[in-house]
Amino acid sequence: MTEPLLSVRNLSVEFTTYGRTNAVLHGVTLAVPERSQVALVGESGSGKTVTMKAIMGLLREPPARVTAGEILFDGRDLLRASRAERDRLRGTAMAMIFQDPMSSLNPVFTVADQMGTILKYADRRLGRQRGRAGRRARVHEVLAQVRMRDPERVAASYPIMLSGGMKQRVLIAMALLSQPRLLIADEPGTALDVTTQAQILKLLKDLVEEQHLALLMITHNLGVVRETSHYVHVMHRGRIVEAAEAQALFAAPREDYTRNLIASVPRLTGGTSFATLARTDDET
Amino acid sequence: MEFLLFLLRRVLWSLLVLVGLSVVIFLIARAVPGDPARMALGPTATQEQVTDLRHKLGLDRPLITQYGLFVAALSHGDLGRSLLTERAVTDDIRESFAATLELVLATIFLALAAGLPLGIAAARWKDRWPDTASRLVAILGAVTPTFFLALLLQLLAGYVLHVLPTTGRLDPADPFHADITGLITLDSLLEGRFAVTLDALRHLLLPATALAAATMGQMARLTRASMLEVMSQDYIEAARAFGIPDWLRVLKYTLRPSFVAPLTILGLEFASMIGNAFVVELVFSWPGMAAYGIRTILQKDLNAVMGVVMVSGAFFVGVNLVIDLLVGLVDPRIRIRGARA
Ligand SMILES: Nc1ncnc2c1ncn2[C@@H]1O[C@H](COP(=O)(O)OP(=O)(O)O)[C@@H](O)[C@H]1O
Ligand SMILES: [Mg+2]
Repeated sequence: MTEPLLSVRNLSVEFTTYGRTNAVLHGVTLAVPERSQVALVGESGSGKTVTMKAIMGLLREPPARVTAGEILFDGRDLLRASRAERDRLRGTAMAMIFQDPMSSLNPVFTVADQMGTILKYADRRLGRQRGRAGRRARVHEVLAQVRMRDPERVAASYPIMLSGGMKQRVLIAMALLSQPRLLIADEPGTALDVTTQAQILKLLKDLVEEQHLALLMITHNLGVVRETSHYVHVMHRGRIVEAAEAQALFAAPREDYTRNLIASVPRLTGGTSFATLARTDDET
Repeated sequence: MEFLLFLLRRVLWSLLVLVGLSVVIFLIARAVPGDPARMALGPTATQEQVTDLRHKLGLDRPLITQYGLFVAALSHGDLGRSLLTERAVTDDIRESFAATLELVLATIFLALAAGLPLGIAAARWKDRWPDTASRLVAILGAVTPTFFLALLLQLLAGYVLHVLPTTGRLDPADPFHADITGLITLDSLLEGRFAVTLDALRHLLLPATALAAATMGQMARLTRASMLEVMSQDYIEAARAFGIPDWLRVLKYTLRPSFVAPLTILGLEFASMIGNAFVVELVFSWPGMAAYGIRTILQKDLNAVMGVVMVSGAFFVGVNLVIDLLVGLVDPRIRIRGARA
């Protein structure tokens, strides 16, 4: 088998606050092959976001400290990479989508401004030449890719003028700007209503397949996993307790913890079949 | 559009405030004990002379009539004559207001130029030495009384170091009439007399520094607090994940959303300094309106006092309108939501 795009091995992280040290991740191992859709699922507080931040290089050290393990991206160990190299990857080869679209956009700049700035510095890190007009065109292109009916208008808007679903799609567009190879989505859409969330997940799945990206979907909801992922890692208290093909996991969970998780799944789409959901449009 | 309505509403309110102010100041001026005619004429004047002057000034008419006359004159820019200088109050104020305005503008510039970078540095390097240094400066600025700082600067720079002038707006050997805007720095620039500009700036430096210290400290602390609040927001973390460089996150993504509070305070400080500059004006013999106001109050020079208060009030209201406009420009949330500012 070829090397996976992302491979986290035996990762341990602890936090030190007010002199007390708390181990949060205990030897986490997971892999995301190229063009695959992989889920990391676990209850709230199990360590999913910390794992994601470690991968993205967003942990603040201190209070965090990586005590063991490696994070291989495309065969290179990020934990031993130079700061410049990590900065170069962040937001370009690997990008992430934040959980809460309401608070993840800067309220005082237009969408075009924020996306243009991201693109400008991504280009610079990658040594790519593209003028202002080129950036504008790319911003509109990506906004159209996330099914915005009127990209020009959305680009000219301030976040306060957009609905929750539209903000979430702007955040997805931001992540897609530099054609990343790996997309990490931390509980996407959980801040939105159920229907909008389902639409966002559908959009994400479509985009990942269209653009041949690898997706690491982080969620506490196995209903989301069933719809979006091929492979599942179940996390509990900072450990991966079970890892399996999605089909196999739902058919025959090995761990009690996984069984309980499956038993408590809320039906995501509330009766509507996921596949028949209308394409998202500006009304979401 | 909503924002225009919001501004229009603020303009109407401001006019109401000014009318209210004119009534209050008029009543207070009439209610204070002591007879302005007697004060003007001195203790040796006869009762007849006093009654005569009271009649000439309209002080023997009913209050409501006096107020009507006051407003009627005010509406074509007539504030009466000053008993102290025996000149038209409008002329006195025109000259002294320009002097104060120039001083206050320089002060605000200094407070901003020093306070803002201090606040930004303190937020960026929280709990490290720039934060400590900024706090020290802010506390010193806040606790040092303005008169003390003014005297200290005057002694140090003027009498020990002999590098900066310590009184007035210009060297008397440098005759210059600022008759375009009244601001010497600006007018001399417009007329191309750069030596005068330089001299005026040298005269401004000490009094403006003395007046700026407290505001600068306040700006620094407020900017720091606002920025720290914004730095804990998700969108700053998100900007980091999207690869926005550190300096841009601080100077653009954090500073702009943090700027409304410092800007508002700066506007209030600016407006109230017009009245509060008198200590500095007295120490540095600055021919400003604040000092003029004090002298006329002590003399019960009613026309002059009312003029000074009305001009300060109008200025206060005007500055606040400008600040409302700027705040709307800085923060689209306010512009879009309109009145909820
Ligand atoms: N900055 C931090 N300081 C201290 N502890 C933290 C910090 N961030 C996360 N933790 C701890 O790490 C554990 C996992 O958190 P997290 O990864 O956010 O869980 P989730 O699976 O819900 O995303 C929690 O117990 C949390 O208290
Ligand atoms: Mg989380």
